[in-house]
Amino acid sequence: MTELSKTGAALGEPTGTSPAPTSFLEVRDLKVHFPTDDGLVKSVDGLSFQLEKGKTLGIVGESGSGKSVTSLGIMGLHTAGQYGKRKAQISGEIWLNGTELLSADPDHVRKLRGRDMAMIFQDPLSALHPYYTIGHQIVEAYRIHHKVDKKTAKRRAVEMLDRVGIPQPDKRVDSYPHEFSGGMRQRAMIAMSLVNNPELLIADEPTTALDVTVQAQILDLIRDLQKEFGSAVIIITHDLGVVAELADDILVMYGGRCVERGPAEKVFYEPRHPYTWGLLGSMPRLDREQQERLIPVKGSPPSLINVPSGCAFNPRCPYADVPKDNVTRTVRPELSEVGSRHWAACHMTQEQRERIWTEEIAPKL
Amino acid sequence: MLAYLIRRLFAAAVMLVVIILVVFGIFFLVPKWAGVDIASSFVGKQADPAAVEAVRQKLGLSDPIYAQVWEFFKGIFAGRTYAAGGDVTHCSAPCFGYSFRSEQAIWPVLTDRFPVTLGLALGAAVLWLIFGIAAGVLSALKRGSIWDRGAMVVALSGVSLPIYFTGLLSLSVFVFGLGWFDGQYTPLEESFTGWFGGMILPWITLAFLYAAMYARITRATMLEILGEDYIRTARAKGLKEQTVIGKHAMRSTMTPILTMLGMDLGALIGGAILTETTFNLPGLGQAVLNAIKNQDLPVILGVTLITSLAVLIANLVVDVLYAVIDPRVRLA
Amino acid sequence: MTTPAKGDGTETSAAGAATLTKDAAAGETLLKVTGLQKHFPIKKGLLQRQVGAVRAVDGIDFEVKAGETLGVVGESGCGKSTMGRLITRLLEPTAGKVEFEGKDITHLGVSGMRPLRRDVQMIFQDPYSSLNPRHTIGTIVGAPFRLQGVEPAGGIKKEVQRLLEVVGLNPEHYNRYPHEFSGGQRQRIGIARALALNPKLVVADEPVSALDVSIQAQVVNLLDDLQQELGLTYVIIAHDLSVVRHVSDRIAVMYLGKIVELADRESLYRAPMHPYTKALMSAVPIPDPRRKHAKSERILLKGDVPSPISPPSGCRFHTRCWKATEICRTTEPPLIELRPAQQVACHHPENFEDQAPQDTVLLTAAKEASAFVADEVLAASAQTSVAVAAEANGSTEVEADADADADADADGQESTDRQK
Repeated sequence: MTELSKTGAALGEPTGTSPAPTSFLEVRDLKVHFPTDDGLVKSVDGLSFQLEKGKTLGIVGESGSGKSVTSLGIMGLHTAGQYGKRKAQISGEIWLNGTELLSADPDHVRKLRGRDMAMIFQDPLSALHPYYTIGHQIVEAYRIHHKVDKKTAKRRAVEMLDRVGIPQPDKRVDSYPHEFSGGMRQRAMIAMSLVNNPELLIADEPTTALDVTVQAQILDLIRDLQKEFGSAVIIITHDLGVVAELADDILVMYGGRCVERGPAEKVFYEPRHPYTWGLLGSMPRLDREQQERLIPVKGSPPSLINVPSGCAFNPRCPYADVPKDNVTRTVRPELSEVGSRHWAACHMTQEQRERIWTEEIAPKL
Repeated sequence: MLAYLIRRLFAAAVMLVVIILVVFGIFFLVPKWAGVDIASSFVGKQADPAAVEAVRQKLGLSDPIYAQVWEFFKGIFAGRTYAAGGDVTHCSAPCFGYSFRSEQAIWPVLTDRFPVTLGLALGAAVLWLIFGIAAGVLSALKRGSIWDRGAMVVALSGVSLPIYFTGLLSLSVFVFGLGWFDGQYTPLEESFTGWFGGMILPWITLAFLYAAMYARITRATMLEILGEDYIRTARAKGLKEQTVIGKHAMRSTMTPILTMLGMDLGALIGGAILTETTFNLPGLGQAVLNAIKNQDLPVILGVTLITSLAVLIANLVVDVLYAVIDPRVRLA
Repeated sequence: MTTPAKGDGTETSAAGAATLTKDAAAGETLLKVTGLQKHFPIKKGLLQRQVGAVRAVDGIDFEVKAGETLGVVGESGCGKSTMGRLITRLLEPTAGKVEFEGKDITHLGVSGMRPLRRDVQMIFQDPYSSLNPRHTIGTIVGAPFRLQGVEPAGGIKKEVQRLLEVVGLNPEHYNRYPHEFSGGQRQRIGIARALALNPKLVVADEPVSALDVSIQAQVVNLLDDLQQELGLTYVIIAHDLSVVRHVSDRIAVMYLGKIVELADRESLYRAPMHPYTKALMSAVPIPDPRRKHAKSERILLKGDVPSPISPPSGCRFHTRCWKATEICRTTEPPLIELRPAQQVACHHPENFEDQAPQDTVLLTAAKEASAFVADEVLAASAQTSVAVAAEANGSTEVEADADADADADADGQESTDRQK
């Protein structure tokens, strides 16, 4: 626990530090850079957000946008056990329940892992150890943080398996991961991550490897469990449908930075960043009449080594020339408030964006 | 698990019979097809035809093949009597053949020499496992460091330097130079310290070679395992790094090491010819080398069978251990 | 894919006729599949005895008409990818028949298939593993010409560069290697290769599922444009129902090696008849936070897809269906055209008159399953069924098989008894 006394901007501003966070989780100006032979990969480059208990934040972005790196950064998994590799350079602040994690003693952070904050991974088959039974792995997760005997821990494991909807939990507790189906494995993974009643649950693409019908079951389960446990949840996904189902707030990432953040409804109905428009337009939707054509974002995601100067999205943005003086290519836009609790990082004026959205984009969706 | 064990045992038994048939076939039939007279090779170069004929009679070499095989099999369980005219040689069960060159049954030769080789192989294996795995793990964890590079250079030299070089080097330094050991083999029954003192240099020499190979495979496997998702999961649970490495990563790293160990032990028990020769150990390797020099076919046959048996048993043990480690194997 | 010139699903009598004109007219049957099966044997023990079979594809019938796009959806293990490999003859069917332009290609060997390889091409899911990393993209895209011994006018290089341009890549990148391209660009390379010999039928197995959302849309649009320009016929296999809806004219829904519903896009999405189709569509998360609180239309299926090694008897979906009755357990429903251009294999279809109305007692499993289905859904489906039935009673469509009735009655009795 380190108390940092820095003077800084007001809460909610993307940069700047203030000593006393009021939110349950607060990330301030997080940067995660990886040195490689080709140059410095700026996977996350100045990310800030807050999250309250009982709320769900959806982080949306494409591959390489930095969303998974962010989650591993919060868990402290970029620094734990990175043998011999060039160390990730991490800066900024991550406040969890009043503790700043980046400057805290690594062993203290380790003790928080799995107890106060837990994580569900994308592919439950590779995320579970193939050689240990499901029960063993859950018992282990429980006994790291609770001084109980194996019998008690196993009862707890059975209880958790039962809670996540695994039939015959007292038998299945002794099964190995390969004996489970994909959906069952993800349930087991969820049981393991919730065994210590964590206050923060990070789900990194929890349903990407699953079939739709199983995905529906798992999303339903996560929603129910959150209600029951009252944890804060971060759900990381590329699927706007999944965030729409679960998230209260949405954070859209592009090129390692947040380009738009706000309440889910605002981000879906009044998006104020061209990249968010692009995501919405790229997606065929079952709930609408058949679109004539999808509206893709041209080009490819940016290199994280040579991030385009100015706005990282400018080479792909159809409106890059709307602001004057070539500013999109020279000045990096900061997040600015576009509505209540709603921020976007774009050089266009709010009026310009409102007009483009309502007149050009929304009617085509 | 039991079903798996029974299956493996059955397969091993079938395999053993197949091996005996093949080995027998190679040793007795190939020379026949090649036009080499085995009987005369048993007698020696300047043999007179009568002696050759007597040997042929004695060994049943003129019998049909299946009869020869049957005699051999029967000999293993019931003993065998070689008789030609009035010349009778008895070879009691288990009879793995009879060396007419040295005029003794093969089985006692094998049982005499087997413990020496087994001791050499097992002792060296313990050493190379300890040092090889430790070096490999440390290298992996300190990847890219001076320590890693140094260890890998040592490992590379271990792999590339031949036994007769490292062996002679250690002999000249520790036995002839410093005089720490007397360089003599003492059977275990006589004196443990004597045995240990005689074995320590061969162990180290042999282990140096294998430890190098094991260090390399451990390092490579460990690095791969450390990148696995389930290792990240283990850390995400809040496990201490020692447990992550020592339990989760080690268990997965053991599988390829175990596979290698089975093969290597089997092969070594069949005769660490170079090591035994260099250190003058009276093991199977030395026996087979002498047999080759003297063209003593029955001894070679016997040692080959024992080697096959050793490989088979080692692999059986490894298969079982493998199934203990990796539950997915039990299904297959 | 809304080209007006496209086959609109009306039956053409040309089906099966061996008219081998080079270009099948739009609407003519290009590919016809009957009773197609693929069983992968499971072998065990030293002697490799066959102890069973994975019934990946287990008897399916469909046609693909020239110029249309047939979408195939289903969850993993439903056999859709195997089906794709069967119709491109990368696999040999266990039984059934595949006809391409009226020619039976079911058991053609490698040499027999060679001329057909020009007409039938495949696009794969993973643009990383399907391109040889040691070849330049010029070599990769030009490979079909060399394999088929075709010399295009102006030479291979010129033609390859033209193809690269067609799929939206820079023709100057002819000499680059696959790793120099992003995932979306690699998928374009795969498409250029597939288009090289001007094929008639392109089978695409999950062509966009490995790509990012914004790139997905680019590739979907590209496939769309190419179809309009070149008059291609597609079979697009995907698990993503929204993508499939976007690209397809007709859609086949597969479950455990069978087609459970095959219909026009509009009919299928507006009024799915098979309960599985309905559940599948309701499971897709809707990107609309305002609908978050209106979850009542969601149908949660219980458990997992059963093993294709020993699929359930009768209707394969009966173990997870909330409408399953005894007849579903005992009698396999045939795939029949209940409405024009909508074929369904179900005894108790949604949005339509019940095919076995006498069999009303739910199986125990169905009772459990219906606990996962909101009451509103159940009520609505009952209402539509009644309404449709009333409507249909006036017409001549109700011709229930008397035998089936009798059987079903007996079964119903039995299941009532069991539940007591």
